[in-house]
Amino acid sequence: MTQHYDAIVVGTSAGGFHALSAIVAEFPETFSLPVIVVQHTKEDNDEFLARHLNRQSALWVKEADDKEAIQSGRLYLAPPGYHLLIEADRSFSLSVDPRVNYSRPSIDVLFSSAADVYQDNLIGVILTGANSDGSQGLRNIKGRGGLAIVQEPDSAEVAYMPREAIAATPVDHVLALQEIGPFLRQFHEPILVKV
Amino acid sequence: MTHTELEKIETDLLLEGIFQRYGYDFRHYARASLNRRITHRLQQSHLEHISDLLPRVLYDEDFFNCFLTDMSITVTEFFRDPPFYQSFRKLVIPILKTYPYIKIWHPGCATGEEVYSMAMVLHEEGFLGRTQIYATDLNNHSLEIAKEGIYPIEGMKQSIASYNRSGAKASFGEYYHAQYEYARIHDWLKGHIMFANHNLVTDGIFGDMNVIICRNVLIYFDRTLQSQVLRLFSNSLCHRGFLCLGTRETVECTDVQCQFEAVANKEKIYRKM
Repeated sequence: MTQHYDAIVVGTSAGGFHALSAIVAEFPETFSLPVIVVQHTKEDNDEFLARHLNRQSALWVKEADDKEAIQSGRLYLAPPGYHLLIEADRSFSLSVDPRVNYSRPSIDVLFSSAADVYQDNLIGVILTGANSDGSQGLRNIKGRGGLAIVQEPDSAEVAYMPREAIAATPVDHVLALQEIGPFLRQFHEPILVKV
Repeated sequence: MTHTELEKIETDLLLEGIFQRYGYDFRHYARASLNRRITHRLQQSHLEHISDLLPRVLYDEDFFNCFLTDMSITVTEFFRDPPFYQSFRKLVIPILKTYPYIKIWHPGCATGEEVYSMAMVLHEEGFLGRTQIYATDLNNHSLEIAKEGIYPIEGMKQSIASYNRSGAKASFGEYYHAQYEYARIHDWLKGHIMFANHNLVTDGIFGDMNVIICRNVLIYFDRTLQSQVLRLFSNSLCHRGFLCLGTRETVECTDVQCQFEAVANKEKIYRKM
């Protein structure tokens, strides 16, 4: 039997707009795993990415609210200018703590707090980007027994972030962009209805 | 028991110890951010377990003060979220202008940048002279910085950019003078602000305020404490007073929801009914 997973966290910066668009199109409407994303952006982006991804995806895409309970079938984006963290009761918290790796939201902050909560039931994904944010977080996910996935640097718009993640962690899978969505979809667990 | 579960026990014991020893109550702070700060303190102090912090904070007051600084550090900036100041000018200022005397409370003021930003707005609107601003924080170190009003000059470029997008009516340069690498806020602006120590969790109401501005503080609290502090705000406001929260904070789904109406939905400006 394959390992059961409770959530997917995704981190990306430069090039993330196209990479995320490609991946979210693969998720079914009832995807049993919530998807939680940090995309580095300017602070005044005004839900542009959420609106765009909503059009690309069957999932309900929204910016995460403070203390909101995490639910399946949804894709949550870290709001610009805030770190996104996960509480033990599987709800979100926001913070305006100092930038980490020059970034707020920081991928490391999300991934590390998610690893604490989901332990080995977490999948971490690092995509294209021009910054080393996320390397430490992915390492923490792997350290707790979770699954570490990185976009193949050659298929990334900007290879730096995936390369740094691969250098920092013995990752489980290095996948081309078009393979990532289908790969993640295999962890979907449809609710079986007995007749 | 997992490592995370053990650390939760250690954190509970640490926060309980701090509360009993010093009266500072972090027990209802949102844990995820708090855990990051504790981890940071462990690394800085070369300690292995969270429980190693307990004897240190109980017996060494200097160490506790260091911990307190870790716990209450927040970063802030001049005119953070320019659209908030635009809305405040447009929707709140015209009403405040009709009052003979105005009292504003700025809890969780940290190092003071947002307090000075509001003082600048009031100055430009012509009634700073009949306003008293109370700026409070639980962290004395932050309060000292706020009181001094001296900030690194390299941050001023960003401040000017935000100021210019905030509906500004003057020039940011009028409010400070540059000294070497620092920008010193003018005394005439400081004169309308009273800085004081106040702990939102354990201290009482600040009575009869026309406006409370508390942005990006509630996100550090759990739901229980958020409700408690929002009740404190409601009780501290005068009839028809204004409450300004951070862009990601809300009175919705809390027990004070029915006591407030939204003035600006997006910029989170509420008015007591």
